[in-house]
Amino acid sequence: MSKSSEGEKQQKAFGWAATDESGTLSPFHFSRRENGDEDVTIKILYCGVCHSDLHSLTNEWGFTSYPVVPGHEIVGVATKVGKNVTKFKAGDRVGVGVMVGSCKTCECCQQDLENYCSQIIFTYNSHNPDGTKNYGGYSDMIVVDQRYVLRFPDNLPLDAGAPLLCAGITVYSPMKYYGMTEAGKHLGVAGLGGLGHVAVKIAKAFGLKVTVISSSPQKESEAINRLGADSFLASSDPAKMKSAIGSMDCIIDTVSAVHPLFPLLSLLKVNGKLVTLGLPNKPLELPVFPLVSGRKLVGGSDFGGMKETQEMLDFCAKHNIAADIELIRIDEINTAMERLARSDVRFRFVIDVANSLSQ
Amino acid sequence: MTGLSEEVRPNKAFGWAAIDTSGVLSPFKFSTRGTGEKDVAFKVLYCGICHSDLHMIKNDWGSSIYPLVPGHEVVGEVTEVGSKVQKFKVGDRVGVGCMVGSCRSCDNCTNNLENYCPEMIFTYGAKYYDGTVTYGGYSNTMVVDEHFVVGIPENLPLDAAAPLLCAGITVYSPLRFYGLDKPGLHVGVVGLGGLGHLAVKFAKAMGTKVTVISTSPSKQKEALENLGADSFLVSRDQDQLRAAIGTFDGIVDTVSAQHPLLPLLGLLKSHGKLVVLGIPEKPLELPAFPLIQGRKLVGGSMTGGMKETQEMIDFAAEHGIKADTEVIAMDYVNAAMDRLLKGDVKYRFVIDIGNTLKSIS
Repeated sequence: MSKSSEGEKQQKAFGWAATDESGTLSPFHFSRRENGDEDVTIKILYCGVCHSDLHSLTNEWGFTSYPVVPGHEIVGVATKVGKNVTKFKAGDRVGVGVMVGSCKTCECCQQDLENYCSQIIFTYNSHNPDGTKNYGGYSDMIVVDQRYVLRFPDNLPLDAGAPLLCAGITVYSPMKYYGMTEAGKHLGVAGLGGLGHVAVKIAKAFGLKVTVISSSPQKESEAINRLGADSFLASSDPAKMKSAIGSMDCIIDTVSAVHPLFPLLSLLKVNGKLVTLGLPNKPLELPVFPLVSGRKLVGGSDFGGMKETQEMLDFCAKHNIAADIELIRIDEINTAMERLARSDVRFRFVIDVANSLSQ
Repeated sequence: MTGLSEEVRPNKAFGWAAIDTSGVLSPFKFSTRGTGEKDVAFKVLYCGICHSDLHMIKNDWGSSIYPLVPGHEVVGEVTEVGSKVQKFKVGDRVGVGCMVGSCRSCDNCTNNLENYCPEMIFTYGAKYYDGTVTYGGYSNTMVVDEHFVVGIPENLPLDAAAPLLCAGITVYSPLRFYGLDKPGLHVGVVGLGGLGHLAVKFAKAMGTKVTVISTSPSKQKEALENLGADSFLVSRDQDQLRAAIGTFDGIVDTVSAQHPLLPLLGLLKSHGKLVVLGIPEKPLELPAFPLIQGRKLVGGSMTGGMKETQEMIDFAAEHGIKADTEVIAMDYVNAAMDRLLKGDVKYRFVIDIGNTLKSIS
């Protein structure tokens, strides 16, 4: 934690915030700490709109502290670096994802798993040890400890690359952890939204066979023709689902609402793994018999540590993987949130902050 | 009704069977097949009573075929071997667990995971290749393909070895598969019954630190002094639960009744594993936050393959691991089932078949 946030001068910042559970965003003035020795000050160019932003705005999870400025898929340019900062200099293209702090000393932090640190500080809707509040990327600038800043590769587009900072790492990390980077293995991707569409691209780059599982049959053409999935399974078609029983090594489940797990578990081979990434506000139903009779497992995953996030960005740069986005102005954000709630986006909104956020 | 043609099954046998969903067992005459070239015929000496037997006699799972002769924790002595049998000879001490057949050619079978073969044949209540129904170990004699028979080392008493054939392998396999077998790891065992008490013994022998997690404070002394657990956690005690948050590398959950997973997930460290072995009637509630925020997992397991079952028996023999049993006479079996329903047994009933199963005239 940089010293400058202990009672020193704060600097002005400007963004859009929600002030109550209606989740409606509007212009908001706030402050951030001055740039400390370990810090990088970033002028924000783009910020992706993650479904978690929507969950937080409306206090769906019950722990939102208003006013809340969301945004944790941040891409920008470093404007200032503290004297201890070695990895970045002013002018560098940088990114910030889901977290901006951790204890740095526990086992998780020491193993590059800062995202599992029990004292994790999220990019927004969180508080620092000194009591100050954190605001996210729907704003003009942010100050972040260098450890939690990513180097944004030159050949990745700034706007379409922004969603990688959350959606990208959130699907990349479990593919590695749950052993799905071996070419030829069969991965199912349930849900074709912000996470799902990036999962298809990354999985194909790993050489996996990919089947998209979706409740929207109309997404088949783009799943196969645009995203490169090998096949498409309409989850509402019992015959198709039956024919795919026991065919997948792993399923990455990106669906954010409560949904039945039994059909997905059936699609797995023996020893298959269902990775659940969505965070509904109610528990899921877990049928135990399929787990026992097929030695299957359901596991979670939470974005990724800083080292792995950088690795993911570099991997995406190498394979020319970016998100499919709809660029919006900041003043279109409320409409975008309504559309996001209806899953009406292909496949991520990204706010053109620099060109549309003005006081 | 069950295709009991004398040409297929020429050898007379007897046992106790349930004939309807009341689950009441009574003497029953039947026949076993002749000893084929790969078969091992043996005299049954002991058979453990598994909770699955109780479910099956009452048709709880809807799959029971009556008359049903249960029993898949069977030990005995070889009486005859087929001409191509290599691993066993007359007089050997052998055991049979939950399966007596599989396709032998699928991915699972070729990877020593016959228990997950889609064509796996259960030891009792299942259709065999000859069209007949399999009868289990609550009987005087069995004929089983050599591949599905294990040898019981001399230093394992047969009565205490019987429960290893199902309960033993059912806890041993996931301890290995989920990596909860490394010295120094902290493993929890939920439920102290047939499975749970063996899980404690195996986990201790593997060098882990073991905590029994139970709703009954009365089991604490037993867990610590008799079974060798390192500590005991009363799961209804909120203070104890809170103090133990994030301290377990893994938890083996043997409870088959409905119960909440959230407290168990909370006990796990990040990257911890909850292994579920009991099959409740309804789905369990799975809160997503703890799985995701700690990259935890919930995984299942069911018995084990033949290679691993033999390995487990040999491991038990090496470490002196025996089930804690209450040996009963055959005609006590219905009373035993009533007591099993209430969990009133420490920790496995074993039927003394050899001495108490009387032939039926």
